[in-house]
Amino acid sequence: MTEPRHEPLSQPSHTRQPAPQQSAVEPGLSADPHTDLPASALSIRGLAKRFGGKIAVDGVSLEVPVGSFYGMVGPNGAGKTTTLSMATGLLRPDFGTALVHGVDVWARPLEAKKLMGVLPDGVRLFDRLTGEQLVTYAGLLRGMDRDVVRPRVSELLAALDLEADAGSLVVDYSAGMTKKIALASALIHAPRLLVLDEPFESVDPVSAANIRGILESYVSSGGTVIVSSHVMDLVQRMCSHVAVVAAGRVLAAGSVDEVRNGSTLEERFVQLVGGGHRTEGLEWLRTF
Amino acid sequence: MVAHLLSLKWRLLLNGFKRSPAQLIGMAIGLLYALGIVVLLIGALIVLRWADAEIAHTVVVLGGAAALLGWAVVPLLASAADMTLDPARFTTSAIPPRQLLTGLALAGFIGIPGLATALTALATVGTWWRSFPAVAGALLGAILGALTCIVLSKVVTTATAGLASSRRFKDVSSLVFFIPLMLMGPIIVGIVDGVRGTADYLPALARTVSWTPLGAAWSLGGDLEAGDVASAGLKLLIAVATVSGLLLCWQVLLQHALVTPPYAGGSAKKGGKRGLFDVLPGTPAGAVAARALIYWMKDPRYAGSLVVVPLFPVIFFFSGSQSGDYGMLMLLGPLTAFVMAWSICADVSYDNTAFALHLASGVRGVDDRLGRAIACLSISLPLVLLFSIGPFFFTGAWAWAPNLIGLSLGTLFTGLGLSSVISARYNIAVPLPGDSPFKKPPGNVAQTLAVQMIGMGVLVLLLLPQLALMGAQLFTGSVVPGWINLVVGPLVGIALFIVGVRLGGKWLDARGPEMFAQLSVNR
Repeated sequence: MTEPRHEPLSQPSHTRQPAPQQSAVEPGLSADPHTDLPASALSIRGLAKRFGGKIAVDGVSLEVPVGSFYGMVGPNGAGKTTTLSMATGLLRPDFGTALVHGVDVWARPLEAKKLMGVLPDGVRLFDRLTGEQLVTYAGLLRGMDRDVVRPRVSELLAALDLEADAGSLVVDYSAGMTKKIALASALIHAPRLLVLDEPFESVDPVSAANIRGILESYVSSGGTVIVSSHVMDLVQRMCSHVAVVAAGRVLAAGSVDEVRNGSTLEERFVQLVGGGHRTEGLEWLRTF
Repeated sequence: MVAHLLSLKWRLLLNGFKRSPAQLIGMAIGLLYALGIVVLLIGALIVLRWADAEIAHTVVVLGGAAALLGWAVVPLLASAADMTLDPARFTTSAIPPRQLLTGLALAGFIGIPGLATALTALATVGTWWRSFPAVAGALLGAILGALTCIVLSKVVTTATAGLASSRRFKDVSSLVFFIPLMLMGPIIVGIVDGVRGTADYLPALARTVSWTPLGAAWSLGGDLEAGDVASAGLKLLIAVATVSGLLLCWQVLLQHALVTPPYAGGSAKKGGKRGLFDVLPGTPAGAVAARALIYWMKDPRYAGSLVVVPLFPVIFFFSGSQSGDYGMLMLLGPLTAFVMAWSICADVSYDNTAFALHLASGVRGVDDRLGRAIACLSISLPLVLLFSIGPFFFTGAWAWAPNLIGLSLGTLFTGLGLSSVISARYNIAVPLPGDSPFKKPPGNVAQTLAVQMIGMGVLVLLLLPQLALMGAQLFTGSVVPGWINLVVGPLVGIALFIVGVRLGGKWLDARGPEMFAQLSVNR
């Protein structure tokens, strides 16, 4: 990568200002002839995927603005992971495509992947490497210079509290540590767009706060993040935009305030998705 | 509760058949194989009915003792303990210990090894179908013996559960298991020789073993047939004491295990050692090579093929010493080249879903192919050179040296090129990361076999010119074809290597997501 943008990691930021820096981040790219919506870091257009007889994703379209912290929420099996896999070039869609800063992921995959850092959910890592080796490997695979990779790896490991275990094999890591080392591998090349599938799953609260700090400072300096999660509270506090997905379709999308429309995100989510009959049945549970 | 546990085990076994047609075929083949062995053993035991009583006694006692030892050792070494009813899964169910124990013990008989042991043990009743006391004794002995097998294996696996769940133990034990398996031929010949020399000693050995917990149960039928009621009574006591002692051990161990879940953490290690990543070029292809080399050393699935190769000379040397003709040793080079080159044709399948990192990083297919091939080459080239030149110091047939060195190098490079193409396109059923190299791999075994067979056919086609040069020397006796092979073999091989890496890279670029989708099926 030509632009060394790893500095923000070392300065924790507590404020988030999504909109104002958008224009500053996009030098040159607006002149790209392939760009038709330069304000979108990720543009998902009519993605659809069918597995056998089951339609997992049924025409999802989303615009993720540059500099936004975008949350994707939905119940289990809503198609979040499938959508993000198709948007990052891991799973070929049946219909539709995705554009990263105007570059079509499926027409020019190598270029598009350079702009993205991806944390897929539910995949293995090369876990016979040590944590340090794994992140170094991720950097070198991206074609980065070894002298650039080395300091970035130590900084990332320090920022994610993994220094003490840097020399242990990833196979011996706990679930949370594994998640963090995978996140470090996604950050190493200072991508312009981060696509994180369930980044907070099984991560302890202190590390989660650290990760949030890193992501927020990344966003405030012009990066774009899209995360999937089913922790509504976290998404409401952390994200500037949100999309509610269920049964392979987008039910609502926009800024968090627009979507929640006065109520909390959780209430709005339950209202949109349905199934909020909490007090009925299970009487026997109160009889002991 | 016992019935629940039994029906649970039965249900799990049946559901194993329901997954996919390919898996069904794989399991059916395994079942037929087991059935064949069991039928053979039962037939042999029934034929023993007409043999001399002493011989029958010796065979039954020693065979039974061997089965017991097998039940204790194999699950440990093969990391193949049947954990479908892992006691740890019942921790929160509050099942009374006695019922849990009975249920788990009986459930041990539901499954191919348990059923096979039980049926074979019952066949000893056929062996002793000579008088009523003998039949009764054999039946009792068979039940006690088979039960001892199951309980002993449970005791061993429960006692070593903590040890066996540690990664290092798994890695090492799966490799150690390889060696006797590879050396099976020489070992069997050795044992047969030994037995031939000491055949008279065997009945005495059986008599001694029959007084130990290993053989007591299996001896009941024979003793009663001989009319030795006193010995039979004592041995019954020994056998019953063995089973109850083992059950007690198991109960204590189980209760201990239920409240102390295995802890598999290692000590934390500071970083600073990037190993091969600092040595090899800092390019994508160099990084892939460094990663692959680390895996060759640290992943038992790769290290398995490295352990096999040094055993080839042992086997060839042994068969040479049997026949007095060491000509076979010259084939070491081409054979090693083939095995090493072929070992990476499942390389992407070995990655499993970790391949997502390559795909998401946008690694060019060529870099991926080249890195993996170079890692394999850097290990196999010295080995192949050693094994293709070394034998001539022993046989002295130097006239063949150029031809065989040429053929070995040609096989290595051509094979690597072909493997680079195959592993880019076809997912091959291999054990999952972290599993034992012997574990039955999940996935489509039929496709794997087809790919391997066709791949080897293509390799033979590609090597035809070189094989023709071998034939030319064989028929004319001239050294000239050999020297041609020494030059042409490596040159053609390297050309095919480059073509293979490029073609494989192109395919991987085009079909990376499809490959990843295939890999995600088995994880």
